[in-house]
Amino acid sequence: MLTVATGNKAVAAAVKAAKPAVVAAYPITPQTEVVEQIAEYVTSGEMDARYIPVESEHSAMTACIGASITGVRSFTATSSHGLLYMHEMLHWAAGARLPIVMANINRSLGPGWNVWAEHTDAFSQRDTGWLQFFVGDVQEAYDTTLMAFRIAENNNILLPVMVNLDGFLLSHIMQSLETVEPGDYIPPLHLPHRIDPENPAGYGVLTGPTDHFRFRWEMERAMRNAPAVIRDAEEEFFRQFGRRYGPTEEYRCEDAEVVVVALGTLGKEAEVAVDILRDAGIKAGSMRIRWFRPFPDLDIGDRDLVVLDRGYSFGFGGVLSSEIRSKYPGASIYSVVAGLGGQEVTYDDIAGFVRDRRMGEEFWFGVDA
Amino acid sequence: MYEIRIHSRGGQGGVTAARLIAMAAFLDKKHATAAPFYGAERRGAPVVSFVRIDDHKIKIYSQIRSPDLIVVLDASIMEAVDLLHGMKPGGRVLINSPHPIDLPGADVITIDLTGIALSVDLVVAGSPILNTPVIGAIAKMGIITHESALAAIRDMFTDERNVKAALAAYEELKL
Amino acid sequence: MAEIPEDEYLLKCTTACAGCSSALALRYVLKAAGPDTVLVVPACCTSILQGIYPNTAFAVPVYNIAFAAAAACASGMSEAFASAGKKTKVIVYAGDGGTVDIGIQALSGALERGTDFLYICYDNEAYGNTGMQRSGSTPIGARTTTTPGGKTDAKKDIDRIVAAHNIPYQATASAAHPKDLFEKVRTALATPGPSFIHLLTPCPPGWRIPSDMSVTVGKMAVKTGIWVLWERKYGELTINGASRAVMKKRLPLKEYLSLQGRFKGITEKQVNELEQQVEKNLARLAKEEAGEC
Repeated sequence: MLTVATGNKAVAAAVKAAKPAVVAAYPITPQTEVVEQIAEYVTSGEMDARYIPVESEHSAMTACIGASITGVRSFTATSSHGLLYMHEMLHWAAGARLPIVMANINRSLGPGWNVWAEHTDAFSQRDTGWLQFFVGDVQEAYDTTLMAFRIAENNNILLPVMVNLDGFLLSHIMQSLETVEPGDYIPPLHLPHRIDPENPAGYGVLTGPTDHFRFRWEMERAMRNAPAVIRDAEEEFFRQFGRRYGPTEEYRCEDAEVVVVALGTLGKEAEVAVDILRDAGIKAGSMRIRWFRPFPDLDIGDRDLVVLDRGYSFGFGGVLSSEIRSKYPGASIYSVVAGLGGQEVTYDDIAGFVRDRRMGEEFWFGVDA
Repeated sequence: MYEIRIHSRGGQGGVTAARLIAMAAFLDKKHATAAPFYGAERRGAPVVSFVRIDDHKIKIYSQIRSPDLIVVLDASIMEAVDLLHGMKPGGRVLINSPHPIDLPGADVITIDLTGIALSVDLVVAGSPILNTPVIGAIAKMGIITHESALAAIRDMFTDERNVKAALAAYEELKL
Repeated sequence: MAEIPEDEYLLKCTTACAGCSSALALRYVLKAAGPDTVLVVPACCTSILQGIYPNTAFAVPVYNIAFAAAAACASGMSEAFASAGKKTKVIVYAGDGGTVDIGIQALSGALERGTDFLYICYDNEAYGNTGMQRSGSTPIGARTTTTPGGKTDAKKDIDRIVAAHNIPYQATASAAHPKDLFEKVRTALATPGPSFIHLLTPCPPGWRIPSDMSVTVGKMAVKTGIWVLWERKYGELTINGASRAVMKKRLPLKEYLSLQGRFKGITEKQVNELEQQVEKNLARLAKEEAGEC
């Protein structure tokens, strides 16, 4: 069905289509419309789910864990401080091998209170064992949420999945949306280790130094299965619903000499900058990265990369730049730290970063000259 | 691309107005995006919303810098903000006002949206609803079609007074 | 009764909603406290109504802290002031969400440890700052954005939870009864150890009332008995002010509920349930005041 929706409402609509049994909900700006829309669906009967209005985000994730281990589909959404408040339980969910899906509406961290877009919240969960996707428009938010359930629940993965949307920029923008009936695209969940009184087991028991590392390896093994499972899910999505996704979305990169690399909506705005640069004779392209964990292979070549870092690791560097540099040590990178706390970054600014690039350096937009 | 900036106060429905315009444009088979810029979202605080309409897919997320149309749902906003900031040369301003307003350098259209809302008893919690009548005015200006404007309103609201108000605004607006 | 000072600590140009009764109440809280005060504010409407950097509308130091953490922060601050021999008053000013839900762990801990501070929970019965989602403090039958059909669970009784910690001073207050609030803040600050004041703050956007109705609705809450003004000093209960008469004769709840859009659609059954809760609460309070329980 063709309609218009905000990013938040698109996520809610996808969750409705995925039919989770349990949704745990705690409000935080700018995620609130996700849990409010789901509350409306449940109240009206459009969605047959148990809605738990928990008293904190730590409890939101824990409630999802409790639900998921019984073998049912569960979902929650959060942002920023909420995500950080549930941090230990993110580690728990992944370690417990639970296919929980969570929408995270990227927002910066206080103090001071700032409700606008920044990726630091998601980056701070980088090492938890969750898969992470970053989406760039309303349709992709919907589609990726659907894909997330299928990917998470694949028995070769069984890890939780986070879908990231830029706070306000994407969560609150209204764009066109085509909703689908997923049908067997999301097969029924079969959780091999679900609680079963007929097969009693101890879950998460005391595990000593001779064994714990084996479970950690199992998590990494699942992560290594992920690229193939994700590609399959994306292929099947294209087959059934006609929209194609991959680890990156590339625009005019084929003969590009300089590529703007970004996550989220900056990666879309960058395309407008690319057109401006091309009109001026600069062979620019843009690469919007969609998969963050597992971190994908990138077709970098020996091009100049202007990386837009919307999250920073103090004492080290822009997180996206660091990830790329770590995987591709020889890469030529100009790290532009921009967009923190919702700092406005326009296509003209991006074109300027490309024109004025100083490879190998770091540029704090609004601070450095 | 046609760019609209809507000024209102929190609680007056400026964000909803933006969404209605985007929906109507979508029904007109155009590409459209609508977004609020949130400051402190308090009842009574100034709020700005944006709408972009284009024949091609819109990939811009940053704020509108040079609007073609500036809409003012609450004229008292004009004391608090630099209203015409960035307006495109030849841009228009649509102001909710019972009497004409003169702004140097701007092509101003006024319409008494408050009066229209009150006349059809479109009032909630003591406040007249302005976002649906303004859609009628915008349709009269040719930015969205009459049919799509009403369809968008009906999609979002069940109360027919919203449609009545939009129709009244459509009739009343003099270009 | 003490004179209310002229000094203002809540300056003009807060970014509060038109008609915000919490801002009204806070003005009196700060007049009662005076300048040697730190306000500890978790995520809530008060975080935002201070205004946006580089300005603040408050003329006392305000420490903004994470949502779950107000009482723990106050705890640390209070201990630190004591260690330095300072008499600076530490006052938490927190919404119901940050007290009754996500903040309850820190509150319970701070009370149990005998922290020398005043905790004020201003209650607009929802998560106001994020757009009126339900909290544990939302009453039965109220519509919020996450209870679009009306809340089906009862309001959490934070006062009895706090009472179970046996703190030296505890009270209820109302934004519509500022003199009573002023006196109670003075009493609380003069009492060593933890104090807790539960303050009803009608909220125009959240309760769906016109911006000029907050005080009227607040007064009606007391007149119907759904909100009772009392204080407990070292466990001894006294019913205060306007509630004394209400204990004998009160208005039907409908007079209060009908003023508010959030109760539109509340069922007869829910109204009866609320009436019963009110009666039960008044009976318990009467017994306690008479020393019978």
